[in-house]
Parts: sequence; C-alpha cells; structure tokens
Amino acid sequence: MNFDLNKKTLREVNQHLQNIDREKNTRKFEILNPQGQHAICAGLKEDIDVTIKGHTGYYCAGMNQKANITVHGNVGTGVAENMMSGKIIVKGNASQSAGATGHGGALIIEGDASSRCGISMKGIDIVVKGSVGHMSAFMAQKGNLVVMGDADADLGDSIYEAKIFVKGKVKSLGSDCVEKKMDQKNIDELTRLFKELNISEDPKKFKRYGSSRNLYNFKIDNVGAY
Amino acid sequence: MKKDLKEFKTFPSSTIKEIQRAANEGIYQIRGLGAKRKVPDFDDLVFLGASMSRYPLEGYRETCNTSVILGDRFAKKPIKLDIPITIAGMSFGALGANAKEALGRGASAMGTSTTTGDGGMTQEERGSSKYLVYQLLPSRYGMNPDDLRKADAIEVVVGQGAKPGGGGMLLGQKINKRVAGMRTLPEGIDQRSACRHPDWTGPDDLEIKIQELREITNWEKPIYIKVGAARPYYDTTLAVKAGADVVVLDGMQGGTAATQDVFIEHVGIPTLGALRESVDALKELNMHRKVQLVVSGGIRTGADVAKAMAMGADAVSIGSAAMMALNCNADLYVEDYKTLGTEPGYCHHCHTGKCPVGVATQDPELEKRLNPIEAGKRLKNYLTTLTLELQTLARANGKSDVRNLEPEDLAALTVEAAAMARVPLAGTDWIPGKK
Repeated sequence: MNFDLNKKTLREVNQHLQNIDREKNTRKFEILNPQGQHAICAGLKEDIDVTIKGHTGYYCAGMNQKANITVHGNVGTGVAENMMSGKIIVKGNASQSAGATGHGGALIIEGDASSRCGISMKGIDIVVKGSVGHMSAFMAQKGNLVVMGDADADLGDSIYEAKIFVKGKVKSLGSDCVEKKMDQKNIDELTRLFKELNISEDPKKFKRYGSSRNLYNFKIDNVGAY
Repeated sequence: MKKDLKEFKTFPSSTIKEIQRAANEGIYQIRGLGAKRKVPDFDDLVFLGASMSRYPLEGYRETCNTSVILGDRFAKKPIKLDIPITIAGMSFGALGANAKEALGRGASAMGTSTTTGDGGMTQEERGSSKYLVYQLLPSRYGMNPDDLRKADAIEVVVGQGAKPGGGGMLLGQKINKRVAGMRTLPEGIDQRSACRHPDWTGPDDLEIKIQELREITNWEKPIYIKVGAARPYYDTTLAVKAGADVVVLDGMQGGTAATQDVFIEHVGIPTLGALRESVDALKELNMHRKVQLVVSGGIRTGADVAKAMAMGADAVSIGSAAMMALNCNADLYVEDYKTLGTEPGYCHHCHTGKCPVGVATQDPELEKRLNPIEAGKRLKNYLTTLTLELQTLARANGKSDVRNLEPEDLAALTVEAAAMARVPLAGTDWIPGKK
C-alpha cells in the first residue's frame, strides 16, 4: 500500500499507520515524496514494514514500537528518538541526536551520524556504518553504540552502563569514559548483534569503550573531572 | 543575642557558619524544597474589596465558578478542572509511592490534576489520578509512548523555578531497585538529570518536537510547556510560538527534591514579578486566556491563588504546599528530625531520603508512616480550604467567576511589589515605572 505525501497529509498517513486494521492483514507500506517532513512514522506500534522513499525531517520513527522502517534517504534530527522496539534502517546519513534516549530495538545508519548520536540511550542498539559526531553516547545508560568509522570528540561523556564499540579512530573520550578490554564475552555479544542485524563485520576489529564508574557518586575529589 | 554585642551585617552568624562549613567540607550544600530567603511575594498585595463603586456577591450563597479549561488551543481533548489549583510535577523517586498515590487521591477528589515528574509514570499514580499530566523531561527517564497515550496532558519541562538552567539530582540513597529500574540506571548511584533536552535545542526545534508529540497522541492531549522564571516575557512568547496549549511558569520559590543551595537561593526571579511579565507577553500576542497560564512557586493560601488569578493566571500549581498537606515538616517523629540536624518547620532534607514523615523517601519503613488514603484526605481538605478562600475573595470583589478577578482589584503594600506586580501602591495611584 502506498501513501504519497504530495497527496495526503502527514496526519492522515500517520493515523493510518498507527491504527492498522489487523483483519485486512496489510503489513507492507511505502511512503512517497516525504520531502523532509517532520515526525513521519512517529508513534507506530504494530509490526509492519514501512519503506520511505526520500529524505525525512526531524523525529522520523520517533518512539517506534515494533515497526520496521527503512528510509531511502537522509534523516533529520532525532531519528528513532525514544524508540522502544522494532528496527529502523537509514540508507543515507543522519543528523544529530540519532536514537536519542532509545529504550530498545535497533537503529542502523548506513552513512554517517552527526553529533550526539545515542545521547541518553537506554537500551537501544545503534549501528553506524560511517562515522559519528562529537558527544556521541553522552550520558548513555544502556545498549550498544557500534561505529564502523570514526568517532569525533568527547565520545561517551558521562556514560553509564551503555557499551560503545568503534572500529576507526576516536578523537577523544569524554569524562569518565575509558577504553575497556574487548574480551571474548564482548566479541560474542557483538557477533550475535551483527548476526541479528544481518551485518558482515569482524567484531575483533573493534575497540570497546565504557564507563570507569568513577563519577557515579559525586565526590569532591573528582571535581576536576567535570 | 546579647544586647551589647553588635553582629556584622555583612557577616551574620549564619554566614560565618556557612563559610566555616565550606572551609571544612570543600563542597556546596545540596538540599530540597525552595528558597528560604524573603522575596517580594503575594503577601505584599491586598485586595481592595467592594464598596460604593463595586457590588459584592454574597459570601456563601451566590455562585462563584472555579472551573477552568486547560489546553483548548490545539488539543482535541482539553482538560476541564473543577478548581484552578493543580498539583505540580514531583517525581517518583524524589517522593515515595505512597506520597504519589496520596497526591493523586487528593487531587482527584477535588476534580483537579496531578503531575508525574522525572522517572516516569507509576501505576499507583495513574490509578489514583483522574487527570494526570505526564512530564517530558530532558532525562526522559521512564518515558514511553504507552504512558504518553495514557496521560491526560503532556508537560514539556524546559526549566524549574528552583533551578532555571539546572538539571535534576537524585542522590544515591534514594535510588532503590524500583527507582533504578524505572530510570534504567544502576542502584545507589547519584543520578543526574540533564539540564537540556537531548533532541532539541531551541524554540524552533521545540515546535517540531511538539508536532511529534501531537502526532504520537493523535493531537488529543494538551501540551504544556513549563519554564522556570528566568526571562518570563521572552520564554512565554517563545512557548506560544512553539505551539504550547498551556504555559506553566514556576517562580523562584518553587521547590526541588535536591539542588545546590546556591542555585535555589540565587537563580531565577520571584513568582510575583515573573507572572506580570508572562501575562504581558500573552496579552501582547492576543493569546491571554487562549493559551492558559498556570503559575507556581510559593503558592500557600487561597489568597495567593486569588492574587495570582487577579494578575492574569488561569490556574496555579502547588508542590511544596501539597507535600506539607501530606505531612512534610509536620510535628511528628521529632527525634528523627533531630537526627538529621533539623526540626519540624525547618526541614529541607528531601535529598537524604530520610524524610521523617515518609513523604520524600524510598525507605520502606519510613514510607509506612504515610498512609496514602489518609494523606489524600488531608490534601483534599487543604485544596477545599484554598478553594473556599479563593471564592470568598472573588465574591468580595464582586466576581461570579474566579477568572474574572483582575489587577484593578489589587493594591500593593510595598514599592517593590507595586513595581513587580504593576498595581498601584496602596493609597496612591502610583505604579513605579509606569508613565
């Protein structure tokens, strides 16, 4: 089933996708002419497949639950923000705050992601096949951020229990973020993730970063670290 | 103090003690609740009442409407409250589950709303609240679209009166298993809530963020924007521009669960001055009464409510006072106050998690001290009292609807209050700064 955003309003399209008639059993949808509109496919909650043919604006697939959404283009700020489950694939590049505060599911960005990718992530798996901008995984709480390219400055600043895997170079690490040993358990985890997401990569080529947990409790001795 | 001893005005004994505490500990003080310093407030205003030129309504008998509709600018399902007094956002984590339930019970009994807080929505709170406002905070702890759809309104929190420009804190002693689980954080860590939202940075972005929230909730829910009283004229203007249905303005007397004392006492402006600026902005935009204004920060009595409404608020919100109705700072378990180094009436130790009356704690034993049903009844009684006081004052000024109260009904007792509230100094027609 196709929706042409030149002919239908965003509200009409989102309303349809948010209220799927299970009896009709239509599970595949295509959105044409997105033209950078914001909040396309925000708030979907059924296990449907949506293909978006073109570029999207802010908050594409925001708070997604269960749906699989593929964007054949670039995405604006906050793609898949606060996503709960499902899978989002971006064929192009992503603007800032990709996957912000995501609780679950997977976000795959085939190009680059701008600054603050994975900010405050809470369980989502984010794979960026290109590079990520500065302050990525800022205050990241849980989940995995996998970067196949490079990471810009202050990666993982104030990170909690999320894990970061980077294949390329890291310009600098943020407060309390340190390189950690990539042991067999981590390699197995990454292998499983790549398999689930159908990604061909060698986990052994990645370095792992995470929290040193020195700043978890505010101590005056650490004040210089902030 | 002995009569023949002269205290330093610049260095009173309290200041000397604080200097010496800082010298010993090397760290600022963190505490709960709001500003303790005296600032111009609603006590500095009086109602004129009716006389020869104004016609009063009978104090008990004649109808005086208190209901208010919030969020009818864009939302399909605005909220109709029976009274214009709402319960402010306070997190589960800062408060215990019993306290949250009690707030819901008291508010619901009066046909008004309560509000979540950082950390998400609890079942107890949703279950006990007829109208529940769900906060979208920078941390997004516990945020999920199912709860968003369960809410009656959504409040995007930009700032808080106790700490405009500052994020939240919840110290490790309050992060038990349940709180940690809801926030996806390890137990026992000092939890930090970010001061900025993770996916928008200014009013243009916020407009788009609000569009997303409306898309997710079928354009049904009223969207509030809450700002701390920093630059209320501009913040209100920008909130309207961003598409708010309701602006919530929180003055510097507003409380917090835990923040640096220096922040609480020295950042933000008093509710009195902030309210006037916010109303000015709405009027200039021709949006007064179209975008509703909810004011909080130091509201204690029906007189405060009435004065805020006379200055142009559509409703008020109470946090600290609601906690006090539950028993915060009550003269109970005095030994436990002493253990904290304080006394009933002076306590601001919400941050410790050792609340003697079981309101601001996650300790199961302390929580037992707060029965949510009884505490809910106390809150209902308090809200009833505020409403009766509000109606009495409105009738005395000849108003059959509390929203008909107006600045013309007020006079100021101090030059500062006259300048801030922009009402005449009592006995004169002088409003400082007005030509």
